[in-house]
Amino acid sequence: MSTADDASKHAPGTGAADDRADGAGGAIIFAFVIGLAASLIVGWVVFPKLLYSQKRQPIDFNHALHLGLEDQNCESCHFFREDGSFSGAPALAQCIGCHAEVQGDSPDEIRFVEEYVQKGREVPWLIYSRQPQCVYFSHVAHVRAGGMDCVSCHGHIGESERLPVYEENRISGYSRNLWGHNIAGFKKDSWDRMKMDDCAECHAREGVTQASVQTTKEGCFVCHK
Amino acid sequence: MKIEGEQGKSKKYGMVIDLDKCTGCGACMVACMAENNVPFKQDESDKRLSITWMRVYQLTNGKAFPDADICYLPRPCQHCEGMHEGHSPCVSVCPATATDYDAQTGIVSQIYTRCFGCRYCMAACPYHARHFNWWDPVWPEGMEKYLNPDVSVRMRGIVEKCGFCFSRYQKAMEKAHYEGRRELEELEYQTACTQACPAGAIVFGDLNNPQHRVHQLAQPDPRRRGRPGNPKAFRLLEELQTYPKVYYLSSREWVHKAGHKAELIKEAGAHH
Repeated sequence: MSTADDASKHAPGTGAADDRADGAGGAIIFAFVIGLAASLIVGWVVFPKLLYSQKRQPIDFNHALHLGLEDQNCESCHFFREDGSFSGAPALAQCIGCHAEVQGDSPDEIRFVEEYVQKGREVPWLIYSRQPQCVYFSHVAHVRAGGMDCVSCHGHIGESERLPVYEENRISGYSRNLWGHNIAGFKKDSWDRMKMDDCAECHAREGVTQASVQTTKEGCFVCHK
Repeated sequence: MKIEGEQGKSKKYGMVIDLDKCTGCGACMVACMAENNVPFKQDESDKRLSITWMRVYQLTNGKAFPDADICYLPRPCQHCEGMHEGHSPCVSVCPATATDYDAQTGIVSQIYTRCFGCRYCMAACPYHARHFNWWDPVWPEGMEKYLNPDVSVRMRGIVEKCGFCFSRYQKAMEKAHYEGRRELEELEYQTACTQACPAGAIVFGDLNNPQHRVHQLAQPDPRRRGRPGNPKAFRLLEELQTYPKVYYLSSREWVHKAGHKAELIKEAGAHH
């Protein structure tokens, strides 16, 4: 502080002091710009990489191949039970129907049969869309009652030949698919992000009854438990 | 794709508890704790610190033998409608929008991850239906495997209360959606306490639906904010105008009186 005061006091009339102040000012601005750039790079590029650990699925499942062989589309493997609950990722019992023995020559399939089918172990799939414990989600309400198709929320996963990398938040343990891949929060497709506001936005747009007295939005128990 | 009101007609879920049938066995309290993952401590003797969404109180008429009489009164959250539709005492004071009135079901919801534990709602609730988690829940080893996956567990520092087993409503609706229905049958959605009561004292259903037993027993008058038409029925602290959706039935005059404020103040005065 004292140097700044001195500089302003002596500035008028002394040319040498003027030059010194300009040089110091330039250095400060330069250091600030460098520091700002470094902070932005750390914040926008390095930190997200550090925050999420990258995991591969135990078996690299080929959706496109299976979808061509099944006749009921997604519901062949991801089906509803009679009580309205959703089966989610298939259990081993469903795979065994075809994969009791090795069918082709894919190394992933050979590993699947040897390590899981023959040993009777369930595959520990990593679930991209697993929500926190306080969240209630009903597939049947969206698909049967709302008439939505799978692509609306899950994107074109059914046409993929490899499973995407599972990114796990090292602090919360949740999948990056919930927070979204874009660190700035931009969203292009409905499956880019699965946060509360994304649910609420679609519900408001599609005319789900807004029954909350406090917020005049929708009731809390619609999506919470 | 969707039209207004496609979620079905708006409901007013409520309860009728027959105090002449209640034996005070406490099965409703146990069923409630098991259903809703309510935490408990080794020492539950201090009732100011314990959490019981459903609590059975013992009332006495204060008379000597042979006129002495007692009555057991199970008390869940009363799911008050409040002075204006949905402005129940707790909902009006919550600064976090953690508790809310759902006009679709008439249920006062409590979202645990939203609550920050100021406890205004506990001060506002005239029925002591709300409880504060003074500690993180700890279950005896192995018991965590018996927790209900449809009800989220609560952490230290937040308020919890009865939600009319809302997870059962969600489950029932899933089955209805699977079968292409928008409406539930009366018995598809029942609370744990209702089903556990061995005396059949607790009845649960939609107060708006004349086919449901709760409607027939309470005979709520919509022009008088749901006041019971059945002379045997009353609501707790009716004069506070909280307009609860839990009705009590009794043929005994002194039990009716005990449900009112004046009588409670007299009782409290007699004890202290």
